[in-house]
Amino acid sequence: MFSFIARRIGTILLTMLCLTLVVFFLVNLEPNLKKLAISQTEMHTPADQLESWLVNHGYRQNFFLRYGQWLGVLPKHPITDPATGKTTQRFSFCNDPTEPQFSGVLQGDFGCSTKFKTTVAAKLFPALGATGLLMFWVLAVMVPISLLIGILAGMREGSRTDRVLSVASIASTATPEYVSGVIFTVIFASWLGWLNGSAASASQGITFYNFTLPVITLAIYGIGYIARMTRASMVEVMTQQYIRTARLKGLSFSSVVIKHALRNALIAPFTVIMLQFPWLLTGVVIVEVMFRYQGFGYTLVEAAGNNDIDLLLGCSLVSVFIVLITQLISDVGYAFLNPRIRVQ
Amino acid sequence: MQTEYISAFDVVLGVLWRFWPVWVALILVMGASFSYRRKLGLYGQLFDSGVGIAGVFICLFWLFTAIFASTISPFDPLAQVSVMKDTLPGAIEPASKLVYYFGGDKLARDVFSRMVYGSQIVLIIAPAATGFALMVGITLGLPAGYYGGKIDTLLSFLANLVLAFPVILLFYLLVTPGIMDTPIPYAMAGLFFLFPIIFFCVLFWTRYKNRPDRLYILLGITLVVGGWIYAGLVFDKDPLKIVHIDPNQLNIFVAVVFASSPGVFRIVRGLTMDIKTRDYVAAAQTRGESPWYIMLWEILPNARGPLIVDACLRIGYTTILLGTLGYFGLGLAPESPDWGTAIKDASRLLRSFIHPALPPTIALMSFVLGLNLLADSLREQSMKD
Repeated sequence: MFSFIARRIGTILLTMLCLTLVVFFLVNLEPNLKKLAISQTEMHTPADQLESWLVNHGYRQNFFLRYGQWLGVLPKHPITDPATGKTTQRFSFCNDPTEPQFSGVLQGDFGCSTKFKTTVAAKLFPALGATGLLMFWVLAVMVPISLLIGILAGMREGSRTDRVLSVASIASTATPEYVSGVIFTVIFASWLGWLNGSAASASQGITFYNFTLPVITLAIYGIGYIARMTRASMVEVMTQQYIRTARLKGLSFSSVVIKHALRNALIAPFTVIMLQFPWLLTGVVIVEVMFRYQGFGYTLVEAAGNNDIDLLLGCSLVSVFIVLITQLISDVGYAFLNPRIRVQ
Repeated sequence: MQTEYISAFDVVLGVLWRFWPVWVALILVMGASFSYRRKLGLYGQLFDSGVGIAGVFICLFWLFTAIFASTISPFDPLAQVSVMKDTLPGAIEPASKLVYYFGGDKLARDVFSRMVYGSQIVLIIAPAATGFALMVGITLGLPAGYYGGKIDTLLSFLANLVLAFPVILLFYLLVTPGIMDTPIPYAMAGLFFLFPIIFFCVLFWTRYKNRPDRLYILLGITLVVGGWIYAGLVFDKDPLKIVHIDPNQLNIFVAVVFASSPGVFRIVRGLTMDIKTRDYVAAAQTRGESPWYIMLWEILPNARGPLIVDACLRIGYTTILLGTLGYFGLGLAPESPDWGTAIKDASRLLRSFIHPALPPTIALMSFVLGLNLLADSLREQSMKD
């Protein structure tokens, strides 16, 4: 078990290294650097000054050298004026070093956000906290509802309840966030006026009024999928011999479902819920943009729109980490929950 | 000048009337399919359940809408008639006396016509991209599952690499105006579009190796047609000027194929690993068939059930991805009538007008729902066998 986890963590680290290299390559393409230089200098700056801005801020150094600096295996250098030899910080707004030193991701320095004029850590971690709150409520709504729907549908396969609930879950998987968001806003905000169509005020404090729409919008897409997986798993369990034995023993249907079927039927949905995280991340971006909630997704869109190199790298590192670690948890958890599976 | 309106009842009637070519085509196709359903194999079995009929109905509805878009829509989807700005559903356009059935948007375009034309973009890109993703996934997944070992480790690592990327980040990095100045999209297109040609060449080669008369004809057709489409799509140098793709659309296309082929790869790999232990594969191995013959002519046909179901779901998923791209304003032109862009434009103004938002959202939802119902019913039917 231990060596399995160690090997998986090794793969995760390798994957993260490869992916950040790819992202680093893509954000440093010539058109993207031009865009960055234009957004960071004043309007109508001539081309040679754009170029000198890029050179001055170290964007013209060798690609691998800069990746090494970002990673923290090579020292970061301050800007040195060639005439006087005086050194200045690369970006004054986030305490860049004035003398060469190792300061990369490995040392815990995620770099400098050019868009928000602060360190990446100062921007990214509060945003992650806000998104974590959103995620918590989404899971708190999504998991019980979807498990309940799945169990009710799978309890008696082919019954009327099963058909209705199955079509409802198919419909919910066919509704991406930007569709359900618009429909819910139209119904609950524009028409009935019960809820707020914007979650901008949720940063100060969440209330039922401003937080419900983002939460249900995000939850609805996942509910159908998890419910269908739960249903399939429940249907399979209900055909097992031990369920029939329990029924023939004279136990009531409800106690068979609750005591015998449920525990075994919930193993598969656990994996599915864990593997929903990559989808949830995409959903978070859409929902946060749609409802103007200042979280991780909003930060990612701002970073990508302005080619904020370090912030975008930080965002990709975080999201890739979340995706991979949830995969690991789902594999390990599956082995724990299901005694028939042995990890080697 | 006061805009004149028709009643809500007339709007419904008018919309139903505008779709007349679709109804005619639907009646013909559905009627024919229903009466010959016993002879149509898996497709015919769809008509045995209500869910299947609903799925086929919705998918065909949008297919015919895309085909007859120019007949159905009363207006040009890009035309702006300034008096019709933000008009409510049922407004009559003064010059032509035609009706803006679903009202006008903030740029005074007809919401109904835009929804109808939007179906064209979705129904061309989504199935085509899914097709290419299937080709890439199958061509790489078969050897990974069949041989296992190093090639499997390498390909699986690459697939997991792409899958670990949140889709939205991938799109923000791959679908930007700037990236069109670099050779990356063209290189990726060149790589991806090579797979169908390789696939069909190997397919025919393994089957007709010993029958040169048929082999050369089939290989010739594959190379000529494939090369022609390849030249048109990747280099935009089609000598006949028929195959042409907008650079923006090429970029979207490549990004969507890139994002969805690892999923196909995983499924094909899993199916291959399962099927290669069957007796008929062992029989083919004993006969001395080549590995690629076994993969393409023994394993692949037996994996078709789950693959067809997956393809249906994947077209729906690709539609959602295209909508996401449109919603974030990535790739497609800002005035493009596709549903995602329309939802983006309308959702910013929900506080003042809701009518431009509803047609594209319902269109997108119903199309994906139709595909999902189709997939569900196909799965049920194939499990019966």
